[in-house]
Amino acid sequence: MASEGDRRADPEVERRSRLLGGLHFEGEGARGVAIALLSTVVFVTVVVVAVTQSPGWPEVRRTFFDWGDISSSFPEIARAFVLNVKIFLVCEVFILVLALVIAVLRSLPGPVFFPLRALAVIYSDLARGVPTILVIALLGFGAPALQLTGVPRSRVFWAGVGLILVYSGYVAEVYRAGIESVHPSQEAAARSLGLSRFQALRRVILPQAIRRVIPPLLNDFIGLQKDTALVGTLGVIEAFNQSQIDSSATFTYGAYLAAAALFVAITIPLARFTDWLVARDRRRRQAAGGFA
Amino acid sequence: MSALRLASVHKSFGDNEVLRGIDLEVAEHEVVCLIGASGSGKSTLLRCVNLLEPLDAGRIWLGDEEITRRGVDVNAVRRRIGIVFQAFNLFPHMTVLRNVTLAPRDVLGLPRDEAERRALDLLGRFGLADRRGEYPDRLSGGQQQRVAVVRALAMQPELMLLDEVTSALDPELVAEVLNVIRELAEGGMTMLIATHEMGFARDIASRVCFLEEGLILEEGPPHEIFASPKEARTQQFLERIIEAGRL
Repeated sequence: MASEGDRRADPEVERRSRLLGGLHFEGEGARGVAIALLSTVVFVTVVVVAVTQSPGWPEVRRTFFDWGDISSSFPEIARAFVLNVKIFLVCEVFILVLALVIAVLRSLPGPVFFPLRALAVIYSDLARGVPTILVIALLGFGAPALQLTGVPRSRVFWAGVGLILVYSGYVAEVYRAGIESVHPSQEAAARSLGLSRFQALRRVILPQAIRRVIPPLLNDFIGLQKDTALVGTLGVIEAFNQSQIDSSATFTYGAYLAAAALFVAITIPLARFTDWLVARDRRRRQAAGGFA
Repeated sequence: MSALRLASVHKSFGDNEVLRGIDLEVAEHEVVCLIGASGSGKSTLLRCVNLLEPLDAGRIWLGDEEITRRGVDVNAVRRRIGIVFQAFNLFPHMTVLRNVTLAPRDVLGLPRDEAERRALDLLGRFGLADRRGEYPDRLSGGQQQRVAVVRALAMQPELMLLDEVTSALDPELVAEVLNVIRELAEGGMTMLIATHEMGFARDIASRVCFLEEGLILEEGPPHEIFASPKEARTQQFLERIIEAGRL
C-alpha cells in the first residue's frame, strides 16, 4: 500500500530527526566528515589567533586563565555547588507540579471557572513580570524577618520558594502551549468514549501535550539551574558566592571559570538527554514495529 | 420501543442554523443512513446525539431515557453510544491495544486482563490482532479506521454513530472499512450512519434519510429513495451523485 511506504520514508520526519540531533552532518559519508573537520579547524584557528593577538590578552590570561587559581579554588566551589544542585532538583519537582496545576486551571472552559482562569493569568503575569532577583530578595530577607512560628527561617528555603514561584509562571505557559496544541478532536474522541473531562485530560491530552513541550521545558530548567546562583545574593554560600570569595582573595577570576565549568557540566548532559528522549519517542511512534 | 428518538432538534453555530427541526426515530437493529450534501447537517446531527454539541431546542431519547434533560450524566450516556469519526481520532501516544482498552478500563473499571482479552477478541474479529502493539501512525488509514471502530465497540454500545468514516481514506482502503460496517449491520447493531457512499447506503440501510439545509426532506427504504425519489431536491442531489460516478 502506497501510503504506508510513503510514511516510512517521510523526508520531513527524517529531516526533523536530523535537526534534532543537531550535531549530525548534512553531507554524505566520509566527504561530509572531512568538510566538517576542515571548517572547524579553520574556525577555531581564526578565533584563537584573534583573541591571543588582542592588546589586553596578557592581562586577561593572567587574571582568568591561571591554572593554579582555577584548580586550587575548584574543590571548594564544587562543594558549594552541591547546594546549587540540591536547590535545582528540589525546586524542579515542585515547579513541574505547581505549573501543571496552573496550566490546567487556565485551560478550564466555561463561565463557572472564570475566577480560576483569571487567577492563573494574574499569577503567570506576576511571576514572569517581577525580576527573579527581586523575588528572591523579597522572600529571602522578608519572610524570615516575620519570625512567625512554624514558618522556616532559612534563607535557602525562601530563595527556593522564590525560584519555584517565578519558574512555575514560565513553565505553566509552556504546559499551556502544549495543551492547546493537542487538537480538540482528541478530547472529543476521549469524551465520546465516556471519559470524564479529568480522565480525558489525564489520559489523552496531557500525555501528548507534555511530550511536545519537553524541549522548551528543558530550556526553562537550564535557566533554573543557572538562576540557583541568585541564591548567593542572600549571603548563602553556593557556587557563585564561593567563587566570588575566592576571586576577591586572589584578585583573579579563575574561580569564576571553575564555577562556570561546573554549571556547564550539568546543563549540557541534560540537553543531550532531552534530545535523546525526544528522538526515542519519535522513533517508537513512527519507525519501530514495522510491517513485517 | 425505538433505540433512538429525536424530536424537533435545533442547532445553530452563531447565525448559521445547521439543524432546523429534525424528527427521527431509529428502531433497534435498524441501520439508518443520512445522505445529503456537505453542510446539510449530517455530522452535527450525530454530534448532537452523542451530546458533543448542546442542543438549542428539541429533545433526544436513547431507549426510554431522555438524554437532553437537565442534569443528565453525559458520561453515562456516551458510554452507551459509540461514535467513529471521519478523521479516526485515535490516540497517537497509545498502542492499538491501549487505544481499545482505555475506556473499558478507566470508564467501566474492567480489570486489565479482562479488558485486554475482550479487546484482542474484537481486534481478531476485524483482522487486527497482529497490530495490537503498533502505534496508530504506523497503520494505514483503513487499519486506523478499523481500530477506531473496535475502540467504540469495546464499550459494547447499544447504538453506533458513524460520521463519514470512509471520507478520509484512499479509495483502495474504503472497502475494508465498509466490510467491517456491513458485518456490524448483519450482527444486528443499531446504527446511524452519515455517508457519501451511496452504493453502500443502498446495500446496507434499512432506511435512508435525505438531509437538506438542516431538515430531513425525504426518508424511506433505500430502493424507494434511490430509484424513485419524490422530492425534486432529492432527485437533483442523486443526479449529481450519479454524474460524479458515485452511484
